[in-house]
Parts: sequence; structure tokens; C-alpha cells
Amino acid sequence: MISFRYARANDVADAVRQIAGDPNAKFVAGGTNLIDLMKMDVERPTKVIDITRLPLNQVENTPGGGLRIGALVRNSDLAYHPQVEERYPVLASAIMAGASQQLRNMASTGGNLLQRTRCCYFYDTATPCNKREPGSGCSAIDGQNRMHAILGASDACIATHPSDMCVALALLDAKVHVSSALGDRVIAFAEFHRLPGDTPQRDTNLDAGEIITAVELPEKGFAANYTYLKIRDRLSYAFALVSVAVGLELDGDIIKDGRFALGGVAHKPWRDPRAEVALRGRRANGATFADAADVLLRDAKGYAHNSFKIDLARRCVSRALTQAARGTPQSQSSKKIA
Amino acid sequence: MTEVENPGSGRDAEKLPRAVQVTVRERVGAQSPMTTPEAVSVRLTVNGTRHSFMLDPRTTLLDLLREHLDLTGTKKGCDQGQCGACTVLIDGRRVNACLTFAVMYDGARITTIEGLAADGALHPLQQAFIDHDAFQCGYCTPGQICSAAGLIAEGRAKSADDIRELMSGNICRCGAYTNIVAAIQQVMERS
Repeated sequence: MISFRYARANDVADAVRQIAGDPNAKFVAGGTNLIDLMKMDVERPTKVIDITRLPLNQVENTPGGGLRIGALVRNSDLAYHPQVEERYPVLASAIMAGASQQLRNMASTGGNLLQRTRCCYFYDTATPCNKREPGSGCSAIDGQNRMHAILGASDACIATHPSDMCVALALLDAKVHVSSALGDRVIAFAEFHRLPGDTPQRDTNLDAGEIITAVELPEKGFAANYTYLKIRDRLSYAFALVSVAVGLELDGDIIKDGRFALGGVAHKPWRDPRAEVALRGRRANGATFADAADVLLRDAKGYAHNSFKIDLARRCVSRALTQAARGTPQSQSSKKIA
Repeated sequence: MTEVENPGSGRDAEKLPRAVQVTVRERVGAQSPMTTPEAVSVRLTVNGTRHSFMLDPRTTLLDLLREHLDLTGTKKGCDQGQCGACTVLIDGRRVNACLTFAVMYDGARITTIEGLAADGALHPLQQAFIDHDAFQCGYCTPGQICSAAGLIAEGRAKSADDIRELMSGNICRCGAYTNIVAAIQQVMERS
């Protein structure tokens, strides 16, 4: 790890003032990803600004009936928050499907959005990686790519976004509140993370000098018919091969509103409006779910070691939609898949 | 007189191709710059005792415990947050000490495996691990026990399935998991 200057920020204005104009400065909150990457010399900030004392620890009701989650609310506190458990159980479930309790006790809401990929070549500074060193090449395309993307990838990068929590936030149409020295703005969740294109070094549309202050959930939480189904190499504490978050609104067995988002398959949590159209107004049964999965995966592309994920994703989508329609969400404790 | 002090006569260095010499020098420079960081003041209460330090901000809580306080019960396994051997309690919550900069926890209360036993009596979890033979080599055990103490304080685990899931951040390569779960269950039922 290279040497860095350490500074503490007292409030949001102080934090954005300290980071303004310094491209080599980084905020640290939970530190669970940044410190790991600093040890590997993947991240090399020369200044680290500790934002853990900022007053962003609250979970509050919004006037519109939603919930505003401060950027420093820790992942375990969010998953166990009574309002989240009751009104947004898909979010609680997704959080509990990720990492370990020690990490959830440290990791912040804002930091979870800014996790970097776990692509092994991104972590290995001895290999080319366009995300770590733009223009150096992608080692994964012709390398070990079992964990990599099947949707939305580019010739420059086939990495996946590692977060489970973000899959649920994408499903819920969350909004990301950010601040900088220039003022405040709100970013729709679908616009927050980027596809790699020819700039895979940019994971998100957060600009230099901006800080996440809160994540806002709209009123609709799909508390009756939801699931978070995560398939991975171990039963716990492993990144997703494929994960699916589902939220359904049913009228009898007719789907009034249906959404699903996938993790482990792309550079960002993957939602597809055309696949969701294939659910609306139709009966909640296996044929409908298979159709929606086919639409979602119409442009899926596998590489040497991950083509199995296309069929896995198709089956996971059908299974997850079935779990949600039956009102039998996946338990993150008992590992039996209902 | 060594060749390092008189590089002009460095016969061994001259044997290396020029490109290799440059590569070696760059790699050393890239990974361990010789600049001195600004030390940062931090106060911590560790197992009930207050301490003050001036630290290189790169110092993890794990290294502070082991190298500065000689509390070597907290183990360094992967040093990447993947194994749980370094689990300690910060203000009562279990965390991976390897993924923390100690300077971020100014004013915090730290509890390590050395701080669990009170008045010479083993902590109930320590006794339960002995009762259930819940370890073999013992390297992961301090982290397992601190993690289990955190789990019981959280009050969320109700079943063996819950314990297994909520202890998944602690790896035991000897494979003592069955007995670890039994030990934790024993303490949960009695508390």
C-alpha cells in the first residue's frame, strides 16, 4: 500500500471541499472494498478522507411515502431496520445474501453502490486490465471468465458488478442523492451504474468530487410477492453466478405490475423493460415466466467458461418469478430452493 | 566495502540486462514508496485499557493489536476480509480487523479474544468450544469465538441454519463446523 495523507471530514460541505480538485483523493466509509484494493495496489489514493463522522446515519420516511436511507447506514443495520424488513423485504433479503455479517457490520449504503468488480484480473496488477489501466487490454475475454458477464459487455471489459443490495435497489427504482461543491443532484438508479463500453474504468456516472448522501426508495415495496434468489459456488459468502430479484403485483393470478433484476450477469444490475412488458397483464404461470426470461436473454453472449450462465439465468428467472408469485420468497438462512 | 555503497564497481548488477534492472527498480518504487506519511493521533480502549498512539494511517486495527499491543490472539489469516480469523468487536459489533484503518476508530472500544474472559473464568463461549471439541488446529478459534459473541449480541439467530449462515464469515479449514455450531447453540440456549 502506498503512503497517503489521512483527513477527517466533519460534514458534507467539509467533505466535498476537501476532495474538490484532487483526483488522487478518496473517501473512506466502511473501507471493506477500498482498503482491500489499496492493499493490492489497485487503488492508490494519496489522500484518504474519512467520512464516517458525517451525519448520514438516519433512515427516514419521505413525504411521498418512501424511505430515505443515509449513505452511512451500515448494511446490517439497513437489512434489520423494521421498515425495510416490513415494507421492502426484497432489499433486506438481498443484503443478507451478500458478504458476511462482519462485512455487513462495516459496509455503508453509499459504499455498497461503489464496490468495484471482483474480476480476478482487475485485482492482479501483473495482468492487463482496461478497467484498472485503460488501454492495456482485457485479460478476461480470452482468460478465466467463468464469473463474467453475459449481457451488456464490450470488447474492452466483461466484468460484472458484485453487489447484491444494488440488484434490489434497481428493482425498487431507487434514487441516489449526491452532493458536490457545485450543488446537489438526484440520479435514477438505472442511470447510476454504467455499461463498460470503451470506458470500463468508469463504473458509475458519479462525477469527480461528488459524494453520495442518501438512497431514496419510492413507496412501492412489493412486500407481498417478492424474492431474492442467488445461485453461487458456495451456499454462503460467495459472489453470485446469477441472482434474481423479483417484485410482483398480482390481481388474482394476473400480473398487474411485474419487475425483475439480475445480478452477476452484467457490469450493472440488469433490468430490461421489454422483458417486464412480457409479464404485464398475463397469467402468473410457467409459460409467462419462460417467455419473459427468453426476452431478457435474447442478446446474451457467453465466453469460454461462462456460457452455462445463460441457461442458469433462464432457469433462475423462472424459479424466482414462481417463488414471488406463490408468496414463498427464498430464505437466506435455510438454503433449500423452494 | 559492499557493492551497494560503490555502485560503480557493481559487478553483479552489470550482469543483469539493463531492462531487468529498470523493471526491478520500478517495481520496488511502485509498491513501497519511501515517503513518510503524516502520523495520526488515535485513542482506543482495548479490553478495558485506554491507549494513545501516533500511527502511520496505513496501520490496520489487526496490525495495531498484534504488533503494537502484543495481543496476538487476534490472528492474521488472509488479510483480505475473506477468512474471519481477525474478527474482533468494535463497540460491541463484530468486524474484520484487517479491513480497518485503526485511525478511523478514534475513541472506540475494542474487545479481542484476550478481553472476553472475566475474573479468571472462561467466557461461556470459550468453555463451550472446549466442551464440544469445536476446534482442531485452533488458528481460526479466536475469530470464531469473537464472531459468535457478536452473533449472540445481535440476537438474530434462532436455529442451527441461522447460526451457520451468520457464521459464514469465519472459515475453519480443519472443518470443525459441526462442533462450532453445537458450541454456539449451547451458549445461545443458556443465555
